Amino acid sequence: MSASVAVRLDGVSISYALSGGGRYDAVAPCDVAVADGAFVSIVGPTGCGKSTLLNVAAGLAAPTTGTATIYGEPLTGINGRAGYLFQQDALMPWKSARDNVAIGLEVQGIDRAEALTRAQAMLVRVGLKAFGERFPHQLSGGQRKRVALAQVLVRAPKILLMDEPFGPLDAQTRLIMGELLSQLWQADRKAVMFVTHDLDEAIGLSDRVLIMSAGPHSRIIGDFAIDIERPRDLGEIRNDPRFHRLHKEIWDVLRDEVRKTYGPEAAE
Amino acid sequence: MIGKGRLFVLQILVAVVAIAIWQMVTTTGWFGNPKTMQFFFSTPVEVFARTVKVFVDGSIWRHLGITLTETILAFAVGAGAGIVIGFWFARQPLIAAIFDPYVKMINALPRVVLAPIFALWFGLGIWSKVALGFTLVFFVVFFNVYQGVKEVNPVILANARMLGMNERQLLRHVYWPAALSWVFSSLHTSVGFALVGAVVGEYLGSSAGLGYLIQQAEGVFDVAGVFSGMLILAIFVVLIDSLVSLIEKRLLKWRPTHDIDTKA
Repeated sequence: MSASVAVRLDGVSISYALSGGGRYDAVAPCDVAVADGAFVSIVGPTGCGKSTLLNVAAGLAAPTTGTATIYGEPLTGINGRAGYLFQQDALMPWKSARDNVAIGLEVQGIDRAEALTRAQAMLVRVGLKAFGERFPHQLSGGQRKRVALAQVLVRAPKILLMDEPFGPLDAQTRLIMGELLSQLWQADRKAVMFVTHDLDEAIGLSDRVLIMSAGPHSRIIGDFAIDIERPRDLGEIRNDPRFHRLHKEIWDVLRDEVRKTYGPEAAE
Repeated sequence: MIGKGRLFVLQILVAVVAIAIWQMVTTTGWFGNPKTMQFFFSTPVEVFARTVKVFVDGSIWRHLGITLTETILAFAVGAGAGIVIGFWFARQPLIAAIFDPYVKMINALPRVVLAPIFALWFGLGIWSKVALGFTLVFFVVFFNVYQGVKEVNPVILANARMLGMNERQLLRHVYWPAALSWVFSSLHTSVGFALVGAVVGEYLGSSAGLGYLIQQAEGVFDVAGVFSGMLILAIFVVLIDSLVSLIEKRLLKWRPTHDIDTKA
């Protein structure tokens, strides 16, 4: 049974030593389980530690307490079964788009010619057929995101971890990237942990939406199943009454937390 | 912005005016006795004639060749050592911390005072000049590589780790290109320093090279010879510098040509 759970975080908490002494408890012990093939979003106010939780699942950060389990195996070091899409630009600026995608295969020992062929095929899938030779600085923000997506997907990870991947993009590009992601995920269902602060995006893309409370001592305070059938049209979904109902339900929980981040209590 | 052609004309004009003033000062007598003036400043015609002569009779090539050899050797050895040690220090913070005060001390030392010591250790041949150039080039490259490796974008690093790179692959695909881009961005400075090391070394004690020629001419108050040597040196520097620009352009083609910084 545990093997069908892609990512399981048991009692994971994160706290930092402060430079002035003492500790800052960012995340209180949390339990999160992402089923194989499920798209789960984590939504919460800024600074609630949702990205840190993602980094624990990636193996980039060690939890202070608790354990991360990937397909039933305890995680030590980097999570080799996961692909990670970062919020910031993470492409190697000295490699062309195609080389950036191919490198993930080359480091596995796949020979270069084969890696380049597969990289090109993946670039075609993300709509960058003619851009393989370009360097990252010659691409727009949206195009760089597509390359980053191709870079992650070409390795065929079982799990996708995404940290507000479309955050820096403009509204139209976000929508298009969301649709691209939705369509690619539809074709090859992976377990996804998707961190965002955009509730519309979370509902539109996910099977489940988890809500985190404001920090410090953030915890999961809501778990909503999104029962809107797929495929979904992200542009149209906002007109669906179920979308409105879910949006209201979730926002009722989230609102107080967002206010806490900005309200007078935040000074505490 | 003005056009390239007009810019070139204006640049030439500066040289023409400067040479014209020089010619006037040294030949007309308006500023003093031309004989005296020529003793101090020579004349443009004389300097030019002398420069042409050394090229025509071929005597300059040997000296140019030696200075060039010293420059290339100083750069190659200095850059090589700078890259290796820069890498090592950046990856081993303890080593870097231990050596930090000594690195600062040696770097603060004016290199000219080392020249006689190097002449003593390595003789009056090319190696004492290479050593002097090395002490200049090494620190430029060392600091750049050190900084470059230390300041590799952590997101790119995390991404590379998630892509499954091991330590060796990170070195090759992330640290190395990042450090190299810093080395290339300081290429003009470090090549310039290699040349300065060579010429200063020659000037202070040698039997060949551009620095030697200038020093010899100064020894007998041959002002035309000194200026001619400086002219050749200046042309030499410009040529080397444009060669460096060419190499830089090829190797750093992944860099934006203008600083249109992308925020995302």
